[in-house]
Amino acid sequence: MSDTPVLRLSGISKRFGPLRANDDISFDLKRGEVIALLGENGAGKTTLMNILFGHYVADAGTVEAFGEPLPPGDPRAALDAGIGMVHQHFTLADNMTVQENIALGTQSLWRARLDRASVRQRIAQLSADFGLAVDPAATVSTLSVGERQRVEILKALYRDARILILDEPTAVLTPAETDALFRTLKLLVAKGLSIIFISHKLHEVMAVSDRVLVLRAGRLVGECETASTDRKELAALMVGQEVKPAEVSPANVGAPLLVLEGVSTAPYNGAALDDVSLTLSAGEITGLAGVSGNGQAALAALIAGTQRATGGRISVAGREVAGWSPRVALDHGVARIPEDRHAVGTIGDMSVTENVIAERYGSPRFSRMGFLDWKAARHFAEKIIADYDVKCPSPEARIRLLSGGNMQKLILGRALDPEPAVILASQPTRGLDVGAVAYVHRMLLAARERGAAVLLISEDLEEILALSDRIIVMSKGRLSTPSARGERSIRELGELMAGHSGERSDAA
Amino acid sequence: MRLEAKPAPTLAVTLLFPLAAIVATLLLVSLLVLAAGASPFSVFYLVARGAAGSQFALLETLTRATPLIFTGLAVAVAFRAKLWNIGAEAQLYIGGVLTVVLGTGALPLPSAILIPVLMAAAMAAGALLLLGPAVLKTRFGVDEVVTTLLLNFIVLLFVSMLLEGVLKDPMGLGWPQSQKVVAEAQLPRLIQGKRLHLGFVIAIIAAVVVWIVTKKTKLGYEMRAVGHNPEGARFVGIPVNLVLMKTALLSGGLAALAGFSEVSGLKGNLTLDLSAGYGYTGIVVAMLAMLNPLGVIASAIFVAGIFVGADAMSRAAKVPSYIADVMVATSLLTMVVAILLTRYRIRWR
Repeated sequence: MSDTPVLRLSGISKRFGPLRANDDISFDLKRGEVIALLGENGAGKTTLMNILFGHYVADAGTVEAFGEPLPPGDPRAALDAGIGMVHQHFTLADNMTVQENIALGTQSLWRARLDRASVRQRIAQLSADFGLAVDPAATVSTLSVGERQRVEILKALYRDARILILDEPTAVLTPAETDALFRTLKLLVAKGLSIIFISHKLHEVMAVSDRVLVLRAGRLVGECETASTDRKELAALMVGQEVKPAEVSPANVGAPLLVLEGVSTAPYNGAALDDVSLTLSAGEITGLAGVSGNGQAALAALIAGTQRATGGRISVAGREVAGWSPRVALDHGVARIPEDRHAVGTIGDMSVTENVIAERYGSPRFSRMGFLDWKAARHFAEKIIADYDVKCPSPEARIRLLSGGNMQKLILGRALDPEPAVILASQPTRGLDVGAVAYVHRMLLAARERGAAVLLISEDLEEILALSDRIIVMSKGRLSTPSARGERSIRELGELMAGHSGERSDAA
Repeated sequence: MRLEAKPAPTLAVTLLFPLAAIVATLLLVSLLVLAAGASPFSVFYLVARGAAGSQFALLETLTRATPLIFTGLAVAVAFRAKLWNIGAEAQLYIGGVLTVVLGTGALPLPSAILIPVLMAAAMAAGALLLLGPAVLKTRFGVDEVVTTLLLNFIVLLFVSMLLEGVLKDPMGLGWPQSQKVVAEAQLPRLIQGKRLHLGFVIAIIAAVVVWIVTKKTKLGYEMRAVGHNPEGARFVGIPVNLVLMKTALLSGGLAALAGFSEVSGLKGNLTLDLSAGYGYTGIVVAMLAMLNPLGVIASAIFVAGIFVGADAMSRAAKVPSYIADVMVATSLLTMVVAILLTRYRIRWR
């Protein structure tokens, strides 16, 4: 094609400390084209887009939009140049209407009142043109996840975006919503927009893109026309070497250790638990799959003790436990690896030492008569750093300064060192590089070998399939019947994730 | 322009920032001094001489620093746990009330017993006063900045009512003041014939105790964890609400000791001008000390020196002593900026 690219990245590099997040990345985006940016978690996709959008300043390299260089570090300039971004986590004001959210920041500060009529008309026009049905008068907090994403896209289009960046747009969608999104994307490119679609899901990339760029460890390792490649080739490019599945021996299932009977909770992060029963047995990894926002967070918070059950019973090793809380969970040998390392798993401004003792600072090992034994604490931190191969400057370093992988290793060390009977691992590998992911998997399998009961909650179906002895699908706050390793096909699991009934269906 | 987090500063850098803030304050205040028609150099010299230029000046500064150490500690303890106690002023007055209620003859005890009893009673009252806002915060999410701030006015009016009513000194010629505390309830002077009293020593001891609590104990660890990340603290099993309650009790108790010390050590009775805004100035003191309990001693003496020195300066240089308020207020602003800069660097592009 001869026309000039709408977007050109040349030699973009960005380091975070020792980590090369982006290393000399260059590519062009043409008018009316969908590029898929494919890569593992931590490959540098999001960093690259943040540079493009002006959230980060690249150490080297330039960005040109429509032939004009973009000033670095200026989101405003990116917006003005017609670049729109739909983030993985939405940036909408929940208490305002769709229309207000879309118009937010677009009207002059000096105008006395909003010109609502023209805003509404414009939104209606855009909705109709691109199949983005959403009620402009609805309050955002009442919308479903799919609708919110449509609002985000409308927001970008309203600002005359000519280039749309979608960061992992399907992570929160059901398969049906994903299909609707793909139809919208087709309409957008037909009107001459260009799209960068970020994903680590191969089938989506194959379905939606014209061209695929593969990122690995911060470098562009492959570029191919979608039509002339296949999933196998892309997977090999993405991972770099033959993916070696973790060695899994047959499970040696023991007694039930943690049993939930008919528990319900109030809504938490979008979904509540509704009469959920779950048994975790010794020596077994139970994988909980599901589209994000279907109650996995509520279940994790419940087991972790941070969310109260409104009904039902929790028993550990055959005995019912009342007044479940983080402390009680820990005292009953339930280890927790939280979904959010930064906000929940660690206290960023405290030291590595202070963080590793956080679950046990009150035990006789670390305190006497209300005074903490900092020497013992430091020894323990040094032991965890050595045993779990954590890269950190010193036990006194603020944990905020560690990379995600090292932070996760510390959390693993803190949780697994006491040899817990039950392990709750919530999205334990999200955002980690391939090496750290393999490490986390090995640790969970080792805990299983030792006889621990593991609950693995993950949105990554491949991870669930690789590790779980038993798979349960969560949808709308309820659990499916469990299936043994290999019993249900990926398609059957997908249907359960989409909210079809717990029974296996033979329909096409 | 935006902020980027940077690694923990070294001790030297940490100490440098308050100094830089003070220099910036002096530069800014110089402009006002010039506007008042005086030379900044001579004004600052006169302030310094008025604060520390003689034994009398120095002792006066330490006397003035005593309540500020207590209120500074109260604020530092609370702010560490991100419990925004703006009500040290009210807690101070309640401490003063308890001191005169029990110290004017109600308890016929020897000094060695009466003084600890009065301290305990004052601390209990101040602690309970802050417990209310803490409960409202943890139970109902009521902003403690609002409740503690407004309690200052309520308590001051309450004290005014007491001083016009039940606590009014019948021999006070109609002034709204309480009776004097008995001799056994008075803190001894440290130097015969000078105003500096035992309260200053108690304040230093309190600072050391608070330092030990924050650095060495489980409670101090819990308070820091709750302050930095309450959600993370809750996840690892720290009883966040209980920690906030304990923090409130400690903070309110410390502020109330300021009231006890002023009544028992200096004024002898309770009046409506017991505090010259010490509860509010405690916020500046705590911030200048970067919430470090031992740093509070130094910053309280510094702030007290400005006030004492400015009084002396205004007599000599004909610049109003209000300049002291401006200096202290400006130093709070520059210090807040300095603290920000210890943790973040500014990127202009």
